[in-house]
Amino acid sequence: MRRVVITGQGTINALGHDVTTTLAAMRAGECGIGPLDLRDVERLSIRIGGQVRDFRPEDHFTRQQLALYDRFTQFALIAAREAVARSGLDFTEELGLRAGVILGTAGGGLQTQDENFRTVYEEGRNRVHPLVVPRLMNNAAASHVSMSFGLRGPSYSVSTACASSNHAMGQAFLLIRSGLSPVMLTGGSESMLCFGGIKAWEGLRVMSKEACRPFSADRSGMVQGEGAAVFVFEEYEHARARGAEILAEVVGFSMVSDASDIVMPSREGAVRAMRGALRDAGLAPAEVGYVNAHGTGTAANDRTECAAIAEVFGDHARELMVSSTKSMHGHLIGATGAVELLACIMALREGVIAPTVGYNRPDPDCALDVVPNEAREARVTACLSNAFAFGGLNAVLALRAI
Amino acid sequence: MTVSVRDRVLQIIAEQVVLDVSDIGDEATLEDLGIDSLGLVEAVFALEEEFDIEIPFNANQPDQSRFDISTVSGIVRAVETLVAARTV
Repeated sequence: MRRVVITGQGTINALGHDVTTTLAAMRAGECGIGPLDLRDVERLSIRIGGQVRDFRPEDHFTRQQLALYDRFTQFALIAAREAVARSGLDFTEELGLRAGVILGTAGGGLQTQDENFRTVYEEGRNRVHPLVVPRLMNNAAASHVSMSFGLRGPSYSVSTACASSNHAMGQAFLLIRSGLSPVMLTGGSESMLCFGGIKAWEGLRVMSKEACRPFSADRSGMVQGEGAAVFVFEEYEHARARGAEILAEVVGFSMVSDASDIVMPSREGAVRAMRGALRDAGLAPAEVGYVNAHGTGTAANDRTECAAIAEVFGDHARELMVSSTKSMHGHLIGATGAVELLACIMALREGVIAPTVGYNRPDPDCALDVVPNEAREARVTACLSNAFAFGGLNAVLALRAI
Repeated sequence: MTVSVRDRVLQIIAEQVVLDVSDIGDEATLEDLGIDSLGLVEAVFALEEEFDIEIPFNANQPDQSRFDISTVSGIVRAVETLVAARTV
């Protein structure tokens, strides 16, 4: 089996419009969550989110492009451009034929849907923009990335709610490991911060009105974010041959299903997913120094996930660092695992563990080292990134320093 | 008025758990009735729609909701209070 490494990364999210700014914010423990600025916000009971601010699409795209790009596609393209530029890759005709892109998203072009539902239902008009369908389809972002870079190999979108981008990156990892492709762009993109996107979530009664405080005894629920992160996954020898800078190695992946409940998480499923990733990576639990938790800040997730981590890591759970960066960038739903992988790479490469901010009081049900409020310097050689989706679909990635 | 709110609440809960209204005791807890977390948010939604009220319930902080909605009688009282506040 071939080895798979990461040779490029790019992002746009509430913490920054690129990787450098985002990692600086994580290091400083900044919170990108604030009052939402969107149409009809006064009709929402949830009015905070991790919104991408000071973003002017026209600075990045032409008018013709913007007619085709929903906000989630714009985010994906901006992140992909940065990742490819940083990787130094040149997608030649020959490489382009075998390279592809796999992106996660849960809502796809939700902004486009929201706007056009308003047009026909609220405003009573009988005509919508002719490009609504190609803008809103879930694979729009992946397709536009493939067109931008001439990627003509395997490309598709993955939609498994909050695990979408971990499933997507796992697929990219497997494609390269099996020899099907030497280079894949992968990650996720989401733009659910619109009236309909938040209104739907309000109904579940799991959203916080004040802050995302994972693992803290006074946590009050999840907070949505938006944005994208895209990575260049590359076959190890291919990367070495061109002298690429290698950010980290992807060493394991596991995906399992709870087959039990459409919203409640399962400890057993989380345990199987983490153990599966360790086994696939050939890692002993004690080798793992950091887990980027799913850590949504809901009572159901945080208790279940902490119990699962305690079970998987045994005594080592006391030394393990576990943080949820959702406290800073919000829950990006289908893009969340991608943005969170940035924190994993930072831990492995720079020895900086991103904190869980907004943490006030320990919860006996979450008795782990959650790296509260301040980033920490620590040498870490292997880490896990967890994603546990509604619908009981779990996907865990294992990374190693290289 | 009180009787009517109570009856309407019981009707909504009965529909949720597929029981006869007469089979639902005032002191029954939601757990007794087999209402899980999803059933609870559905019931809260149905009550809000029926009475045009907003029930301040967050599934992450059930203890901190200003109303006790763990039993049938608690729900009836909560709805009565919210309905009264609405009509002031």
